Amino acid sequence: MSASTPFALLANASSLPWAEVPAWPVTEFVRATAGELTRGARLCALFGVPDGAGTRLVAVLAFDADNTLAVARSTPFSGAYPSLTVTHPQAHLFEREVLEQHGLTPMGHPWLKPVRQNNGNAPANGEFFRVDGREVHEVAVGPVHAGIIEPGHFRFQCAGEEVLHLEIALGYQHRGVEEALTGGPHLATMSQMETVAGDTTIAHATAHATLMESLAGTEAPLRAQWLRAIALELERLANHTGDMGALANDVAFLPTSSACGKIRGDFLNLTALICGNRFGRGLVRPGGCRHDLEPERAAQLLERLKTALADTEQAVAWFWDSASVRARFENVGVVFPAQAAEIGLVGPAARACGLVRDVRYDHPAGWHRFAQAPVAVWPGGDVFARARVRSLEIQRSGQYLCEQLAAPAEGDLRSELAPPAPDTLAVALVEGWRGEVCHVALTDAAGRFRRYKIIDPSFHNWTGLALALRGTAISDFPICNKSFNLSYCGFDL
Amino acid sequence: MFVIDTITHRLKRGCETMAYPKGPAPALPDRHGGALKVDASKCADGCNACIPVCPTRAIARPPGKPVALDLGRCIFCAACVEVCPTKAITQTGDHRMAVRRREDLVLGESGKEQVRLAVALDEKLRKLFGRSLRLRQVSAGGCAACEADTNVLGTIGWDLGRFGIQFVASPRHADGLLITGAVSKNMELALKKTYDAVAAPKIVIAVGACAIAGGPFIGHPQIHNGASALVPVDLFIPGCPPHPLTILDGLLRLLDRLEDKPRVASGAN
Ligand code: SF4
Ligand code: SF4
Repeated sequence: MSASTPFALLANASSLPWAEVPAWPVTEFVRATAGELTRGARLCALFGVPDGAGTRLVAVLAFDADNTLAVARSTPFSGAYPSLTVTHPQAHLFEREVLEQHGLTPMGHPWLKPVRQNNGNAPANGEFFRVDGREVHEVAVGPVHAGIIEPGHFRFQCAGEEVLHLEIALGYQHRGVEEALTGGPHLATMSQMETVAGDTTIAHATAHATLMESLAGTEAPLRAQWLRAIALELERLANHTGDMGALANDVAFLPTSSACGKIRGDFLNLTALICGNRFGRGLVRPGGCRHDLEPERAAQLLERLKTALADTEQAVAWFWDSASVRARFENVGVVFPAQAAEIGLVGPAARACGLVRDVRYDHPAGWHRFAQAPVAVWPGGDVFARARVRSLEIQRSGQYLCEQLAAPAEGDLRSELAPPAPDTLAVALVEGWRGEVCHVALTDAAGRFRRYKIIDPSFHNWTGLALALRGTAISDFPICNKSFNLSYCGFDL
Repeated sequence: MFVIDTITHRLKRGCETMAYPKGPAPALPDRHGGALKVDASKCADGCNACIPVCPTRAIARPPGKPVALDLGRCIFCAACVEVCPTKAITQTGDHRMAVRRREDLVLGESGKEQVRLAVALDEKLRKLFGRSLRLRQVSAGGCAACEADTNVLGTIGWDLGRFGIQFVASPRHADGLLITGAVSKNMELALKKTYDAVAAPKIVIAVGACAIAGGPFIGHPQIHNGASALVPVDLFIPGCPPHPLTILDGLLRLLDRLEDKPRVASGAN
């Protein structure tokens, strides 16, 4: 199918000269992109690149079934262009972001608001969508929430208990991550990539390191790829286990909640065993890894891992065995498969709608070319399904880790990188625990970053949470929210 | 049957809360490194090797002055430790790093090789908060890892509740704020309002490199380089993120709930 596309094809973790990216006038570009999306491609990234007095739009698409990515760009323009969102809603936030960053107006976009604008006080949320009627009331929550959690604003339109519409306004965590990358990489770049979303350090760091390696025309030594794959699954285990505990907590099922809270820490400590930091800071570097997992350390890790996995299995079994827990999760916060595909959901949230969508499987790079875990899918699209997918992924990641730890790659841990190729576009996707982490870099004539685009899975998935709330009782917001557990800072950048 | 299952399991596991602070503190991971120690008298003449490798520009050597490393800016990447030819900068493995004054995090000069650990609140505040401290957490422009490792203190292993410390939902119920993140411009108003909503007397705790000085994002125009830009801070807890043990140590130190007295500044231990 993709063979006949006018887009330039490239594999995950590879690059191509900027000049070889096909360029069309923007109307043609939007038409061609819409055509590919209609044929089943997925929009990984849509962003602007300033060029002379105008801006080019760049689209990165994924043909999951064909294991290939595709890229195209528009010729520079300014002003307005026909909105892609009208026919393909998965573009809606991207187009809002392009307006905010480059002032290009998507004509016909149904809900053109800022994304994370900086106005010195609070993000310019603009007007919220309002439902009129005597029975309708509005509930506003945030930015400061009740727990120890990141800031964001939620605006509910309710009729009694029932949520008719939820609008999510973010931007409060905006730190200027993308802006700071222009002209980079800088000294602080690697640390910033590790903290795009602090609970997704390994995935974002791996995506960035992979880009740097691809721009240098090489790849990290196999041992480093192996170690990155291990750290990535440890990150998934810690977060998924924490989420199971948080879901249990929100339905007042305390045995699982307290057990998982502790086991999550056990998994974080395994990452710390490798690199000293519970979140994996300092492990992944362009060209390889900074700490090794020597045989004795690996043996210790495996032993502690097995204990933690057994503990998790037990804690999670209590949860699934309890009819009252299952009843609280079933048919709550449903996202339908067609909606999920339409808005471009990724990660466990997409797999819980029955969509087989996993970068490790669809677009394998690094160690995943040699070793894969089966994709965990569950139909239903409700809180139950999202919890179920996590629970399955805990088992599969655990199994994968045990297998990989038994068969380490030998050799060097790090290689020297050549300077990045000039005027080149590189794309790296990594399946973080929330879903697809996408980094795109475009270098200038000197090999510095001319544009660097980061898409955290949360960017795709916040809309999923909003849809899940429709027709749901507002009192179920906490479990719906936990079942997605999205990143604010990863979205806000 | 899960009820019997869970009860048997619990009985088998026993109490999972750590003995600390009555017993010894749990060990930090061996590669963690703990607090840094800087002995500027060991610096080679004219050596500036550590300065350009630091991602947050935490190290300076003003002409005619000894090297000064600001642990508040530090994200503990260890690049300076690796590059220092004379071992003037070393890792101590010590989890204790919380200080009351910002300048107590600047290391290097003779007598100031290590952090000058926090002293407890004065007697009046200690009487008020010593056995019951309610905090509102404000997350403002970080990466959420500081939040995660603050949250961990509420799990059964750490059980912050046994010290009378609790995180509450409203600033109206709180005795103070625990701030994480560099304080993004977009959170400025929300942070100010939250601070104002806490009744006096109140305390502010800045957790993590971001909240102390901006962390990895230091200098970005979209942030404030830490909480001090907007509110007075009573306790600084360094790290990126600080280990839960470091956070707990800071809180207990502030409330005078620890046996060990502040380390003498002369580089002992
Ligand atoms: S350990 Fe701290 S002071 Fe040293 S280079 Fe890293 S951030 Fe800078
Ligand atoms: S100090 Fe480090 S861990 Fe904490 S919020 Fe900032 S970047 Fe994240």
